[in-house]
Amino acid sequence: MVTESAHEFETQDLLLNVGPQHPSTHGVFRMVMQVDGEVVRDIIPYIGYLHRGAEKLCETMDYRQGIGFMDRTEYLAAFNAELSYVMAVEKLAELEVPDRAQWIRMILVELNRLASHLMFMGAFGIDVGVFGTPFIYAWREREAIIDLFEEISGDRMMYAYFRPGGLAWDVPTNFVARTREVLTAVNQGIADFDGLLTKNEIFVARTQGIGYVSAADAIDFGMSGPSIRASGVPLDVRREEPYLKYDEIKWDVITEQDGDVYARYLCRLGEMRESVKIVQQCLERLQPGAIMPEKMPRMLRTPPGEVYIRTEAPRGEFGVYLVSKGGNRPYRLKVRSACLSNLQALKHMSVGQYVADAIIVLGSIDIVLSEVDR
Amino acid sequence: MPEGLFGLNPWLDGLIRLLLIVGLMTVVAMGLIYIERKVLGRFHARVGPQRTGPFGLLQSVADALKLIGKEDLRPRNADPWTFEFGPYLVFIPIFMGFVVQPFMADFNVRVLDLGILYFVAVSSVSIVGWVMAGWGSDNRYAMIGGMRAAAQAISYELPFVLSLLAVSMLSGTLNINEIVLAQWQVPNIVWQPLAFVIFFIAALAELNRPPFDIPVGESEVVGGPFVEYSGIRWSMFFLGEYASLFIMSILISAVFLGGYVWPFGQELGIGFQLLLTVIKASLLIFLIIWVRASVPRLRIDQLMGYAWKILVPLALVQILVNGFVLVYDLPMPILTVVGLGGIALLSWLTERAIRKPRAARASAIALQSEAAS
Repeated sequence: MVTESAHEFETQDLLLNVGPQHPSTHGVFRMVMQVDGEVVRDIIPYIGYLHRGAEKLCETMDYRQGIGFMDRTEYLAAFNAELSYVMAVEKLAELEVPDRAQWIRMILVELNRLASHLMFMGAFGIDVGVFGTPFIYAWREREAIIDLFEEISGDRMMYAYFRPGGLAWDVPTNFVARTREVLTAVNQGIADFDGLLTKNEIFVARTQGIGYVSAADAIDFGMSGPSIRASGVPLDVRREEPYLKYDEIKWDVITEQDGDVYARYLCRLGEMRESVKIVQQCLERLQPGAIMPEKMPRMLRTPPGEVYIRTEAPRGEFGVYLVSKGGNRPYRLKVRSACLSNLQALKHMSVGQYVADAIIVLGSIDIVLSEVDR
Repeated sequence: MPEGLFGLNPWLDGLIRLLLIVGLMTVVAMGLIYIERKVLGRFHARVGPQRTGPFGLLQSVADALKLIGKEDLRPRNADPWTFEFGPYLVFIPIFMGFVVQPFMADFNVRVLDLGILYFVAVSSVSIVGWVMAGWGSDNRYAMIGGMRAAAQAISYELPFVLSLLAVSMLSGTLNINEIVLAQWQVPNIVWQPLAFVIFFIAALAELNRPPFDIPVGESEVVGGPFVEYSGIRWSMFFLGEYASLFIMSILISAVFLGGYVWPFGQELGIGFQLLLTVIKASLLIFLIIWVRASVPRLRIDQLMGYAWKILVPLALVQILVNGFVLVYDLPMPILTVVGLGGIALLSWLTERAIRKPRAARASAIALQSEAAS
């Protein structure tokens, strides 16, 4: 692509293909950057390398089997994705979820948010160029959480533990004690990260003022989650439309005003602290009881209708739009992916900056490609 | 030239030294790879290599064997000559820089009167190899990496040379051995702390070590000039990197930390001299690895700005002060005071350069991107 240039000599911008096999594209994202020396002039993103047709596949399975696809849609925050789905089915089938199941769901969802944000911290550390240290630090704490999930659900990544109506089975007896242990470790991990990156001069120099998106633009792009809260918009589904028990406990919506990469980092760091608080309160409120409604049919059938449920996943609003025409399987399932919307702002945020900045801007959105492509 | 250790024929003597040192260097580079992996592992809260041999000591050997066994690929569109000779041009100057490195009073390949000049001249040749590798690979990442390497080398050569110059002014010679011997009472770092700091930063940049690993930035240009290399050619870059790490720390320890001498007596045996050099160099290597484990990568404009706006002027100030002190025969402690003041100034300037008002930067970027789109 030859472009007009104001330089003395006629120059040609370079098209640089980044991805799908590139260490910093967090999966199989691909973008073609038009670079003038080191400055990005244009970005053309390409998605779809991880498209599996998960939504369509759900239509061929009954409601219980759909849970597995939700795990694979958002593999870094599988509990959050499951939650949206089972809540949609519950609303359609008009199921009452017992209190205990709700508290446990809330604990697991927040722990999953912690695990996901830890993953962000690690990957972002690598994006800005620290060799491995934040990554392994993040992995250490994430491992504790994942171990806990494994003890509960039997799987480290694809839990398939939530069910329409409640949970697959009750948590182990030592659940509360184990979770408190994990929280201690995670608290230590958050402090480590704070010490390692937050005040590091080079980190600050690399991230402040980069990838700026104003509150108005962020809303226009349909961004959500930490990415929009870092621009000063206190949008959090947990606060806007409280689900589970979020209205019964004390927690804050973390916002930052600056709208740059550093603000998005700080926002996630703050959210991790909030999540720890939420889990601690949930553990205190957790009472023995049933985990499934008493009158559960053997085969779950829903009346005709449609429903949209949104929850606050680590990356933003994860919505499930479910249409039923009766029977035991969805007629149509549509996932509203937070990553896809956040990704729209990529070009806006990175054009005019350096190649290295475009990489960390992409990192700061924290995409999960399987959720973008589905 | 002083009388040699090996035989009377100077050619034979030189050859034996050369072979010894080339062999030694390869082993040292492999050892350094092991040490770096182990130390980094500890920084990362993991254990590092441990399965190959006792404590994983043979990991580098295993890696070397694996690399030798790999196919030496050349991309179809690569320029054959520049691609194939790039690694040699990176590797050979680094080994040549070894000629003047002082380990002990009498164990260099050659003692050159213009040793520092020779080292600077030779070591900057290897950047040609980087650019050749970057250009010849016919890969855009490699090309960007090669260009970054050239820009970086040109910028950091200046503070590098200027701070060396400051030290050689003090010792009145460019002969590295004489610089070392002149420090038998007080190492140069005491008189020239600012030059030491500047030199250390510039050396990190010369070595392409974090935070200046911009040419090879894994997350941006995926290894830069090395991206198309495989097998033995790639391992040459790798070996060259660690060999130059070793050489650079020997040089820093010789020029600033007093190399193989110490203040507690001049008559040291060869073994003790070697031990002193190795200890000092190891401390520096540990420091460099430590830096690698803890700092992110700078951006290319920040890197260049830092060299030209901060390091070069301060190095010039150091030279000026040295000149005044030497010409007017002022007491030496003035140098220390000025140097420490200079370090304070350096950190203040760094702080200021980094913490520009964030809003101003963000709005400038917003304007820039509006203009671009």
